[in-house]
Amino acid sequence: MEALFGITGKGFVLTASDTTMARSIVIMKHGEDKSRVLNKNTLMMYTGEAGDTVQFAEYVQRNVQLYGIRNGVPLSAHATASYTRRELAKALRTRNPYHVNLLIAGTDPKTETPELYWLDHMASMVKMPFAAQGYASYFCMSTMDRYWKPDMTLEEAKALMQKCIDELKIRFIASLPQFTIKIVDKDGIRDVQL
Amino acid sequence: MSGYDSALTVFSPDGHLFQVEYALEAVRKGTCAVGVRGKDVVVLGVEKKTVAKLQDPRTIRKITMLDDHVCLTFAGLQADARVLINKARIECQSHRLTVEDPVSVEYITRYIAGVQQKYTQSGGVRPFGISTLIIGFDADKVPKLYQTDPSGIYSSWKAASIGRSAKTVREFLEKNHKDDMDRDDTIKLAIRSLLEIVQTGAKNIEIAVMGNDSVLRTLDASEVEAVTALIEKENAAEAEKKNKKKGDASAAAGESSSAS
Repeated sequence: MEALFGITGKGFVLTASDTTMARSIVIMKHGEDKSRVLNKNTLMMYTGEAGDTVQFAEYVQRNVQLYGIRNGVPLSAHATASYTRRELAKALRTRNPYHVNLLIAGTDPKTETPELYWLDHMASMVKMPFAAQGYASYFCMSTMDRYWKPDMTLEEAKALMQKCIDELKIRFIASLPQFTIKIVDKDGIRDVQL
Repeated sequence: MSGYDSALTVFSPDGHLFQVEYALEAVRKGTCAVGVRGKDVVVLGVEKKTVAKLQDPRTIRKITMLDDHVCLTFAGLQADARVLINKARIECQSHRLTVEDPVSVEYITRYIAGVQQKYTQSGGVRPFGISTLIIGFDADKVPKLYQTDPSGIYSSWKAASIGRSAKTVREFLEKNHKDDMDRDDTIKLAIRSLLEIVQTGAKNIEIAVMGNDSVLRTLDASEVEAVTALIEKENAAEAEKKNKKKGDASAAAGESSSAS
């Protein structure tokens, strides 16, 4: 029932993740941030099996940090996504694979190119201009397909994000009352309000 | 060969571990490094070997980050240092992963010293030929400075030196270190102590400063040169004052002798 969104714009990626932790039909917690900061310009959002998600995200986070310290250069979003895909693929072929679906958002601090990667628990990876994870994608991919255009401004991207969330409120059977919205640009990662 | 100093790190009959002592000798042959703690700043200074004309100086890194808030420099065998630094960096991230907190400076020092000790007591390995200085800030925002050596000893210092002529530098630091120095004074003391043994002056000195925001800044060559120039000026003024005093004293002595 979890929902993740990402929309690329001019020099940034706007991301949204719902804040509901649910188990079976019961909501256990509101206000959970389902993301980890991998490095200054890369954010990972996750859904999936409760324990796997945080464990996997933090494992990747620490390895990306280690790479940065070792080499004096941060890992790019593309390299991070490839590394993450490889880790998922490795685990998939063991007795205990991670059941984790991800969005990885990054903006190159020099070229200011936004990048958004969609990964699922079968370790497939796609680079996308906009993406959604979970049931949300059934409702919102069409919305984003209709309204997304290259080089959107932050205001336009926010409006589109709002459209997607509203669409969920109307059509989706489960209620997702609250979303954490973040922006990933050359200056880093910040919370924003829609 | 007495047989005690070849394959393994084993005791000699008089209680020495020759391999460890040889490692300490390798440290004494290495380039000098100093660390100085100030009020809310900690400074690392190293003696840089002059690079060959065609060599890329950026590929020689003596001051390295272990984590966002901890920094290390060493004296001794570069290649050994690389291995140890790699282990330390992994531990830093591993520590964050397991307890969700960054390492304390003391913790990572103890870990490094622990690795060094292990290499004095395992078969088929030799000790690390390096001593390290580790600086950083913990959550308490107090500057920290630690030293480790090949035997696995670690200790905390207000100001410390390792490597070539470390004793001369230490004695200088002991004479000149004051508590609660500000940023400029701490940097100046680090450079002054290195100038004691680095004849070629500013161009062979590298300085890195960490303030209590835990951000490490490596000083530009021009900044080091500026401080060096200032120190030389002060030294010259000091020497002149001394000379003048001596002159006055001898003149006074001359007068008194002429009066009698």
